[in-house]
Amino acid sequence: MTQSVVVQVGQCGNQIGCRFWDLALREHATVNKDGTYDESLSSFFRNVDSRFDDPTDIPLDQGTGKIKSLKARAVLVDMEEGVVSEMMKGPLREVFDFKQLLTDVSGAGNNWAVGHKMYGSQYREHISDIIRRAAEFCDCLQCFFVLHSMGGGTGSGVGTFILNLLEEEYPDVYRFVTAVYPSIDDDVITSPYNSVLAMRELTEKADCVLPIENQALTSLVNKINQALPPLKTGKRMYSNVGGEVKQGSAITTNDGSVVVKPTDEKPFDSMNNIVANLLLNMTSSARFEGSLNVDLNEITMNLVPFPRLHYLVSSQSPLYTLADIHLPPRRLDQMFSDAFSKDYQLLKSDPKHSLYLACALMVRGNVEVSDVRRNIERLKPNLNFIHWNTEGWKTGLCSVPPVGQSYSLLTLANNTCIHNNFTDLKDRFVKLYKRKAHIHHYTHVEGMEMSDFSQSLESLNSIIQEYSDLEKQMYNIPASEPRLQVVT
Amino acid sequence: MSVVTLQIGQCGNQVGGQLFAGLIEDTQTKLSQVNVSPKANNDYIEAVYDRFFTCSDKPGNLPEAKAVMVDMEPKAIAQTCYEAKKSGLWKYPENQQFYQKRGSGNNWAHGYKVHGPAAEERIMGMIQKEAEKCDNLSGFMTFMSLAGGTGSGVGTYITQCVKDEFPHAFLLNQVVWPYSMGEVIVQNYNAVLTLSHLYQCADAMLVMENDQLHKICSQLLNIKKIGFKDINKVICHKLMGVLLPALTEKHSGYETSNSLGEMLEHLAPMPDYKLLTIKNIPQMSDTSKVFSTYQWHGLLKHLRQMLIANAAMEEGIDWQVRLEDSRRSLANTLILRGKELDNIDTSHFSDPRLYPSWSLQDTNLSVYRQPRIFSNYDKCATLITNNKSPIVSLNSVIDKAWNMFSSRAYTHQYVKHGLNEEDFVDSFVVLEQVVASYNNL
Repeated sequence: MTQSVVVQVGQCGNQIGCRFWDLALREHATVNKDGTYDESLSSFFRNVDSRFDDPTDIPLDQGTGKIKSLKARAVLVDMEEGVVSEMMKGPLREVFDFKQLLTDVSGAGNNWAVGHKMYGSQYREHISDIIRRAAEFCDCLQCFFVLHSMGGGTGSGVGTFILNLLEEEYPDVYRFVTAVYPSIDDDVITSPYNSVLAMRELTEKADCVLPIENQALTSLVNKINQALPPLKTGKRMYSNVGGEVKQGSAITTNDGSVVVKPTDEKPFDSMNNIVANLLLNMTSSARFEGSLNVDLNEITMNLVPFPRLHYLVSSQSPLYTLADIHLPPRRLDQMFSDAFSKDYQLLKSDPKHSLYLACALMVRGNVEVSDVRRNIERLKPNLNFIHWNTEGWKTGLCSVPPVGQSYSLLTLANNTCIHNNFTDLKDRFVKLYKRKAHIHHYTHVEGMEMSDFSQSLESLNSIIQEYSDLEKQMYNIPASEPRLQVVT
Repeated sequence: MSVVTLQIGQCGNQVGGQLFAGLIEDTQTKLSQVNVSPKANNDYIEAVYDRFFTCSDKPGNLPEAKAVMVDMEPKAIAQTCYEAKKSGLWKYPENQQFYQKRGSGNNWAHGYKVHGPAAEERIMGMIQKEAEKCDNLSGFMTFMSLAGGTGSGVGTYITQCVKDEFPHAFLLNQVVWPYSMGEVIVQNYNAVLTLSHLYQCADAMLVMENDQLHKICSQLLNIKKIGFKDINKVICHKLMGVLLPALTEKHSGYETSNSLGEMLEHLAPMPDYKLLTIKNIPQMSDTSKVFSTYQWHGLLKHLRQMLIANAAMEEGIDWQVRLEDSRRSLANTLILRGKELDNIDTSHFSDPRLYPSWSLQDTNLSVYRQPRIFSNYDKCATLITNNKSPIVSLNSVIDKAWNMFSSRAYTHQYVKHGLNEEDFVDSFVVLEQVVASYNNL
């Protein structure tokens, strides 16, 4: 089995990473009751003998050895100390390898140029070393997951610098980026600059980007909180129609995790849990058994028709499970319908009314091939697929459900609707750029040129153009080339 | 005459495993149920072992399948070997499994251009070793799918290598056609690339379509929740109908068996026509077998109409299609198994109107017989035909792939592994030629 390394950069990246490792441990603890170090565990964790100073790996062998001490295949990078050092004091500290960690004290000051150009060149060797360390522990490294935000300085700047480094040093290893885009009311003034500058790198260097918007996460959290029974109960609540939400089943929940006690839950935790679950669900089919496995390389192969158009809109359902265990089958169908509704997307967008280039359904739990086929038949008439890929569905069936749920669905869609989000971002960028506001903060940094701004804008424009050109083909199908004629 | 099988990719390994299990199960049938003398039964079992298994002289050793297993990830091979071992009746030979850690990710070019050449030496070593175990090698049978990356890409590459290494052996590739929708998005590209390349090296391709097999499972066998295991069982039933021993009288007083070479020489006489399909009758669930009886006359009448109307199964045949409107076959092989084999009238299958006018009339049809009862069917008939029936699916696959290729969608994924756009065009040319040839029959 293959392994993946998670590279978490900046405050946002590290917070998501922290939730990810926590929930990954919870998931494996639920599946793997007898505490053996098996193949699926090895994809994200090393099993080490921690008696040594530099813990040595215990080989996987037949996958029947006991877990001694688990180390995450993670690389932590931040240009401030706060978040990382807090993690290193917290209950997850045992999981992280101190030798795969890089921090500075002064931060990147919300400036992409400081992160990318200054810290990048300053720490190049160091970053390369700690990544190599993580990579060398892998027997067959398949994928890097890079987690960072787009708005700040460290995440966007150093994160995309690392992406470049990975492309140079590990050209055959896939690079999946989970990028958190700033909300419209973001408190960082320069966030449009940082995002657009970073996006050029993502477009050129990543194999696949999962854009996430804070606004979308917030509304998902609100949706779940409305359904959840209030924590501090005064009166007993009787909930409406569907019955009560089963405890620990919401995708925002921390229940059963190692780290968080309900009392010291942080405000972003429930939002980050959603992103962490996205990563878990996406990799589940590569980690656990199932009747139709989807390996990570199949995701890009099937969902990326053109190399630059690798931005995937994701959605997850159900958000929680109702406590009533007598599930009518229509609730299973509801799961499929929900995943295509705009309220369930991790990006403020409406894929249903735009054009699909390709769509993957990653199902977990007790769902059969026939269920998936039935739902594809049912949903297909209401969705628009591009004329050369009208049957562009990829399905994965993993038999292990997520913790607390009996089944779940993750959709990954390459959909033209994303150009609206990019256009919004561009407008915000142009507003600042027209007046050259704050530009000098960037150009002061060595290596940063004005052309970086113009080229990034150009790159963004061309992405928007490419997606909207394809969208125009929705109602205006170009005549197809005639097939080759054979002389008989 | 022995056959070495190559199981490539997840699908290939599952189908191969199922086939060997089925063959062994057939040899284990109780003498009271086979309707032949103990001597004939023993000869038959001997023939099955001789063809597909290596048996050692030491008592207590299980027969070993003459098979080389190839996959780019370990899961499917491990599962197949485990199931064989669990049966306690047969096993796979040791150290004849080749697997790696990382799959081909649905990418034909990754399998054909990267994994194939990298693994060539070791896989060919295993094939050589397996071939040397045979006293009399008749040919190779390869099991693979068209949709994925490993089966299609590596399978094609290895077939070419085998052709180079054993230029005189017969090569039959059994290919599983994917569902028309929902499995893999780039399946049409993979299918086009595989078929066009195989057309240049294999002697024939035996086509099995998942959509049709799925229908057989649901309508004839009444399976409610259909899994890939059920589909593989149907594939194996068809294959066994063809591959299990049977005899024909080639010249009067001289009988030959249905060896791979014998059948392929008959069925694929021209390089433009290499697509074979299997139609078999009857097919039903075990519980219904007890209550059914058949006459040869009725069975063959149905089978003939299945051929004429191009039906995949005995249910829902269109009886309106007349012989004159039907598409012609290049050649047919009919294999009859069961009771009352004497005096069966097979002349309907040698009707000259079934074949193109330019073909030699007395060589169009060959009929094999085997009195031993197969799979508890009193009488059963299997027809292998080289006719137009796969062309409908092939046409739609080319159509979809060409449409995608016009927009150059997904091509960069193939270019990345060293395939050119010209290679695509060449493949399209080959297959358009195939379609045109069959349409002219």
